[in-house]
Amino acid sequence: MTLLPTPAKAVSPPRPRARFHVRKQALAGWGFAGPFVAVFALVFLAPIGYALYLSLFRDRLIGGTSFVGLDNYTQALTDARFWEALTRVGLFLAVQVPIMLGIALLVALAIDSGRLYGKGFFRISIFLPYAVPAVVASLMWGFIYGTRFGLVGNINDTFGVSLPDPLSPSLVLASIGNIVTWEFVGYNMLIFYSALKIVPRSLYEAAAIDGAGEWRVVTSVKLPAIRGSLVIATIFSIIGSFQLFNEPSILQKLAPNAITSDFTPNLYTYSLSFSGQQHNYAATVAIVMGVITAIIAYAVQLRGMRKG
Amino acid sequence: MSAHVSSIPSNSTDPTEPTGSPGTAHAAGAPVPPRRRRPHTPLNPRPSVPLTLLVGLVLVYTLLPLAWLVINATKDQKGLLDSFGLWFGKDFNLWDNISRTLTYDDGVFVRWLLNTLLYVAVGAGGATVLAVLGGYALATYEFPGRRAVFAVVIGAVAVPGTALAVPTFLMFSGMGLTNTPWAVIIPSLISPFGLYLMWVFAAEAVPAELLEAARIDGSGELRTFFRIALPLLMPGTVTVLLFSMVATWNNYFLPLIMIKDPDWYPLTLGLNAWNAQAQTAGGEAVFDLIITGSLLTIVPIVAIFLLLQRYWQSGLAAGSVKE
Repeated sequence: MTLLPTPAKAVSPPRPRARFHVRKQALAGWGFAGPFVAVFALVFLAPIGYALYLSLFRDRLIGGTSFVGLDNYTQALTDARFWEALTRVGLFLAVQVPIMLGIALLVALAIDSGRLYGKGFFRISIFLPYAVPAVVASLMWGFIYGTRFGLVGNINDTFGVSLPDPLSPSLVLASIGNIVTWEFVGYNMLIFYSALKIVPRSLYEAAAIDGAGEWRVVTSVKLPAIRGSLVIATIFSIIGSFQLFNEPSILQKLAPNAITSDFTPNLYTYSLSFSGQQHNYAATVAIVMGVITAIIAYAVQLRGMRKG
Repeated sequence: MSAHVSSIPSNSTDPTEPTGSPGTAHAAGAPVPPRRRRPHTPLNPRPSVPLTLLVGLVLVYTLLPLAWLVINATKDQKGLLDSFGLWFGKDFNLWDNISRTLTYDDGVFVRWLLNTLLYVAVGAGGATVLAVLGGYALATYEFPGRRAVFAVVIGAVAVPGTALAVPTFLMFSGMGLTNTPWAVIIPSLISPFGLYLMWVFAAEAVPAELLEAARIDGSGELRTFFRIALPLLMPGTVTVLLFSMVATWNNYFLPLIMIKDPDWYPLTLGLNAWNAQAQTAGGEAVFDLIITGSLLTIVPIVAIFLLLQRYWQSGLAAGSVKE
């Protein structure tokens, strides 16, 4: 990945006057980095290897575990439940991510423009939901959505209307999108805002001298300047959407009919593994999902970084 | 969802913020200058009421559910059902709710709180130590495999974390670690984002000349790290610690698959279990306790974020994404 910048100092060759012995450097470097690398190997690399291994076998009631080559992959690629779940998170991604990033960008531009009263308060308050656990966010919104003692029920009672149930099968995906937007809009706003802060102010001065209006400065100076942050936020949002699990898993208790056990690819993997005991197939689905995510994230990165 | 890239600028470098705080003026022994309003220029424009109102809508959206939570934590079960959700009921039951939350089911909530503190202290604390040591090594030493370490770790950021969950569970299960605190703590020890942030931070905050000078003076590598580098790395360290704490405190998926014994639940799983109980026919409907417990769960983490604002904002400024 060439996504992230390389600090200038780290890439420059060792300076000649540094007579720090090569072997001693190697020893010290690995001494400091070793603990991280060891635990990383245990919790990242080993599971990936183990998942690949598992995906090549199948556990049958009769005959025990046997090597099946790529059969599990063939099964996953033709599995209607998997594709349905994947389509669902694809739809979620196509609608929720642009809305969330759009709001985040507008707020960041507004705070950066210096035209807000109390901008420090806006910045920290809009960021706050990031500190709220997904469990609490989902329960809180789930209750608010509820007709029993939620706001939706209150509004129905007060105004004598009957709003559509946000937890019904047709609306539940949008309701989850709202929760995720609420949780991460401030976080993305801070990414954009901090990128805007390091744009040299002299660029704005030059644009103002050239007679560019405020909106022109936004489109011609600010947005191109924070392209890298926009791409990174998009990639992380794509990864997050494909991994969608916490919110539907928690809301499932409140909307058991609307959220099935294969609502998202991750819920499907989870139920295959822990309710169905199909560990080998679950590992295969997880790998396929990981590959799809990586391909899309990589494509967005290539496309996002090409221009500019 | 746990996306981990962030970069938050520090307050102090903001050119549009009013400068000349009283503290600095007094410290310099100079008389406090009269406050002058700077003229409005393109770089320092006049605040706009319509724009403030527009962004205010987002603010309302952000704070409304939190207000709902605080208000409804003051109601008993009956008040939840027969009063308007965004205003207080007839009775103020917050203290009663808190004491019932803490004592319900032999104080199981306190047990969950202690578990969460254990996972945060060891998991997030350990993650910070590993990230600081690793980031310092990547920034300071030319060692064989350095590039490979970095490439693999950054590549791992793109691997969906939940894709690893099933194989990790099976591995840990084979090692007899599931259903023990270790199953939650060990995976929490790795923060690729933390490593990246510490690397960028160390490369900027610790000058090579300083380390060289220490070496010439005969200081060992460990001693140099603790005496010279670590103090310079403090803002980055606080940042990584804070974000690891949030990730561990809020973790749901990992404990969900690893822990079956309610005695080892963190708060998030506990609240989820209460909700499951309340939704089950015949289970005791403890909605008031879920709401109060939710409030108690977010108060510490929000408080830490607000209190440590200055530290983590300056720490993240260095890690901000540049072109």
